Amino acid sequence: MSTAKSSTPGVHQHAHHYDSAEHEYQSSKQGLWLFMCTEILMFGGLFVAYIIFHNMFPETFKVGSLFTDVKYGATNTVVLLFSSLTMALGIHYCQMRQQQKAVIALAVTILCGFAFMGIKWLEYSHKFHMGLLPGDWYAGNAEMIAAEIGNVTIPSNIALYFSFYFMMTGLHGVHVLVGMGLITWVMIRTMRGEFGPHFYTPVEGVGLFWHLVDLVWIYLFPLLYLVS
Amino acid sequence: MNLNRGRFFAGPRVATLAAFMSTIIASMFSVVAGASTFMPPSATALAAEVDHIYAFLLIASLISFILLIGGMFWFVYKYQRRSANDKTAYITHDHTLEFVWSFVPFVIFMFVFFWGWKVYHDMRTVPADALEVQVMAKKWDWRFTYKSGKEVTSGLDDNGQKIPATLVVPSGRPVKLVMASEKINAASTDPRDRPVLHSFFIPSARVKQDVVPGRYTMLWFNFDQPGEYWVFCTEFCGAGHSAMKAKIKAVPQADFDRWLAEEGGGVLTLAEQGKALYGAKACVGCHSADGTRVVGPTFKGSWGAQHKMEGGATVAVDENYIRESILNPNAKIVAGYPAGVMPAYAGQLSDDELLALIEFIKTLK
Amino acid sequence: MANVTGAHTANHSDSNYLNHEKGLWNWLSTLDHKRIGLLYFITVAIFFLIGGIFALLIRTELFSAGETIMTAEQYSRVMTYHGAVMVFLVIIPGIPAFLGNFFLPMQIGAKDVAFPRLNLASWYCLIIGAGIALASLFFGGADTGWTFYTPYSIKHAPAVICMVLGVFVAGFSSILTGLNFIVTTHKLRAPGMTMNRIPLFVWALYSTAIIQVLATPVLAITVLLLAAENVFGIGFFDPALGGDPVLFQHFFWFYSHPAVYIMILPAFGVISELITTFSKKTIFGYTAIAYSSVAIAAVSFFVWGHHMFVSGQSEIAGIVFSFITMLVGVPTAIKLFNWVATLYKGSINLSAPMLYALGFMFLFTIGGVTGIFLATIAVDVHFHDTYFVVAHFHYVMVGGTLMAIMGGIYYWFPKMFGKLVNDKWAQVSFFFIFVGFNVTFYPQFVLGSLGMPRRYFDYLPEYEHLNRISTVGAYLIGIGFVISVITVIHGLFRGKPAGPNPWGGTTLEWTTASPPPHENFLVTPIVTAGPYEHR
Repeated sequence: MSTAKSSTPGVHQHAHHYDSAEHEYQSSKQGLWLFMCTEILMFGGLFVAYIIFHNMFPETFKVGSLFTDVKYGATNTVVLLFSSLTMALGIHYCQMRQQQKAVIALAVTILCGFAFMGIKWLEYSHKFHMGLLPGDWYAGNAEMIAAEIGNVTIPSNIALYFSFYFMMTGLHGVHVLVGMGLITWVMIRTMRGEFGPHFYTPVEGVGLFWHLVDLVWIYLFPLLYLVS
Repeated sequence: MNLNRGRFFAGPRVATLAAFMSTIIASMFSVVAGASTFMPPSATALAAEVDHIYAFLLIASLISFILLIGGMFWFVYKYQRRSANDKTAYITHDHTLEFVWSFVPFVIFMFVFFWGWKVYHDMRTVPADALEVQVMAKKWDWRFTYKSGKEVTSGLDDNGQKIPATLVVPSGRPVKLVMASEKINAASTDPRDRPVLHSFFIPSARVKQDVVPGRYTMLWFNFDQPGEYWVFCTEFCGAGHSAMKAKIKAVPQADFDRWLAEEGGGVLTLAEQGKALYGAKACVGCHSADGTRVVGPTFKGSWGAQHKMEGGATVAVDENYIRESILNPNAKIVAGYPAGVMPAYAGQLSDDELLALIEFIKTLK
Repeated sequence: MANVTGAHTANHSDSNYLNHEKGLWNWLSTLDHKRIGLLYFITVAIFFLIGGIFALLIRTELFSAGETIMTAEQYSRVMTYHGAVMVFLVIIPGIPAFLGNFFLPMQIGAKDVAFPRLNLASWYCLIIGAGIALASLFFGGADTGWTFYTPYSIKHAPAVICMVLGVFVAGFSSILTGLNFIVTTHKLRAPGMTMNRIPLFVWALYSTAIIQVLATPVLAITVLLLAAENVFGIGFFDPALGGDPVLFQHFFWFYSHPAVYIMILPAFGVISELITTFSKKTIFGYTAIAYSSVAIAAVSFFVWGHHMFVSGQSEIAGIVFSFITMLVGVPTAIKLFNWVATLYKGSINLSAPMLYALGFMFLFTIGGVTGIFLATIAVDVHFHDTYFVVAHFHYVMVGGTLMAIMGGIYYWFPKMFGKLVNDKWAQVSFFFIFVGFNVTFYPQFVLGSLGMPRRYFDYLPEYEHLNRISTVGAYLIGIGFVISVITVIHGLFRGKPAGPNPWGGTTLEWTTASPPPHENFLVTPIVTAGPYEHR
């Protein structure tokens, strides 16, 4: 958000069209919150669709969720919650100008992101292997399915569950990746010592985004994993 | 800015403007004066009702338009700029005036809203004694099936030109259409051949209803007089959209009965076809036709009844409920019956077969 | 006249935003809201030209029943591109991103928008989105209509995928612009510029921005799902998998109805500016006009179902949507009454921008009252998807928004470029556009009443007469726009110097030089009174 390059490290000069750094900070914060609104509305569309279809085909969602591994899901939930904490610490240390601690906190957050995506990759590849793909691409292997969930009648439109599963976790995953990129960006800027008590808007903004990603997952986890 | 230039043009320009605008308004007037000819001749009692609202709206709009835009012209004429130093009034608001011009439109809008609601309610309420015809829409044609099993499709004339399918109905009797959308070719797996939205529009009856893949939609009308009326498809469905026409021919009841009887012989009625499917598709194994309880609920007496579901909801047994229960049986489970027993028939029954089964269930009073 | 103290009105130095820095790259990487506004001006004008050519192709095809100049397949594509280009690339960005970008910061006394980089990024989003969308032409072109109704649009076709992804990317342009405007309006107002002193154009843009920020994300997810539907066949909108094609319509109109107000609210703002300046009189009912914009924005989120009265939605849903739609009519009527009342006892200058404003009121009133026809549920059943609807929304979108854009261009041209256009030729263009417009679209009301459905390639012979009139009108509009383009270009190169305030405007942009200096005002203005103090 800053349009003026800092001449001395740690001393942020506000952009020419603002009165003061505080003025710029408040404006940026408002913009960030508005952006969060748009994110929530975008995911909101998916959640509305989920509610509608879950209402129409409760059985499909119940059976579909048998294919998810609650252990993986729960681990990921913990990982993301922990990363939200480290993110918050990162912001805190940036404000305190405790550069080293801030970088460590941010690095841990990124690592959590990697852990999350790694577990997602395990889950995805398992589903790909079994042919549990969305919509038209669904090619469930009957033997593997029986081995996994036992003798359960598979609803004819089970592919719909996987459409939701991949759309929701996929869109969320893209957000995690974007978030990791953004955290890397603010981490590099932290290393350069650009942030301090008077200027930490980018870290705070990225943090807000990361908390949102976390929040969305907290809804996705029960909807997709625990629904049975 | 050279204000003199504005002044030089002002006189003649306002005159031209006024003359020109009044020409436009006059021509719109003349068109509106013949308002009844604006719409195609109304052929049903409901169409006449719609036309009454329409006429009211036209007149009310015209009056508001003249008040508003007439006022605009009057002010523009009267308060043209005379010089760069003109003094103008300083009027910021007037609560009474603002209240009036907010409240009066509100009252008018509410009036037409309720009027529109009333007529719309009649449109949606199908008379009980209506003659039922099944309508099948596909890219880009209409097909009509009567309960007797008689089917009407489009044809070709000697020059290879399409003759639209003609739905023959008795005049003076309500007709209910149960409409579905089907694939171009039942065997095709090409996604472009999947059923799409269409819309059944009879301008002379002022009724229209989308035809939606995967469910039934209904429409009804009652032509006062014998006559021929156009049917258009009004939901864009591809290159043949504008060619997707049909005709409705209303004839006296006696002629209709005669027409229905001729060439109809030999075919099974829809209900008979449904009965055959009831056996062939193994429905009979779990659903009795005589009221005894087997695995699933009996078909007897189910049509039009209110079924209590697991979870406490009550569902009226109609075309869409039966369709859903066949294609996706676990969506709604009747209270006291097991879930997950019946296999889903999605993809195993054609739209025609579904309608035949529904027809059969309707006969089991 | 000036409601400002401490601002130097005329600035005689030669430095302004146009010559502040030179070179193409400086323009393409500019953070100056005025330059970005002009970038939008150029792009929107080009898209308008493209959309206009498609429009003339449609009307030429419909000149006669049967095949005239193209096949039905080609017609479906031309019709789709006309709609998509005009809606997503012309009318939605038209006023906010072009005139709004240029004048919103100036009208509130700011040096720039809150987030200049984001502002530039939104322009690139529009360009990239438009590029992706138009790339679909290389895959045979999309033929779904701009509404992309499922299941017809689920055909696993690269053209459809390109088109919807293009809309997705262009949507971000709209979201980011809206976000920028909200924060700018809240945070960057000059000292003394309270919310009840901001010009009505700003109020209109502010209301629009709320819709842009809240509704566009829903479009984003909708078109994303549609793209996934085309790639994976996810089945949300496909009955074959238990999906619901009508759900798409709900999603689509949840955005696209508010989007109608994204298109028209800024036009209301422009008209308020024009009426007050050219009547040399303060606006009548400032508060009513300002709040009615916000009211329209709020209510617009709950009327989407009026596009779906015959889609198979329940009777009760139809009635509720009909009722709420009627409610939107009230604030809209209020605005019209206020504008007419502003003319009363004014000193009315009939220059070209004012003619466009009066033309707007004439046409928009027709568009508005026919909206009530369509909100009346029983009557809509007949009119739905006929030419009556086509005529109605062209009266609103073209007769409304486009007239406002033209009026706005002629009004602010002297400010943007420091030169005057030839008013007489601007008036000639108005007459062509206005007459042509009525000749084109008025007969379409009649066609629709007679029952001619929209998106028809061919029609019954009895409709031919009115269709011919309509086609002639379309060419008159075309001539009008050609005259306008020539007038504007002539003004750019040969226009007489305008001076800071040629029309006697009272809002802040008229207190600075024309063209404005790089940061708009040499001294930050201090505001002590309302926006339209013509005393």
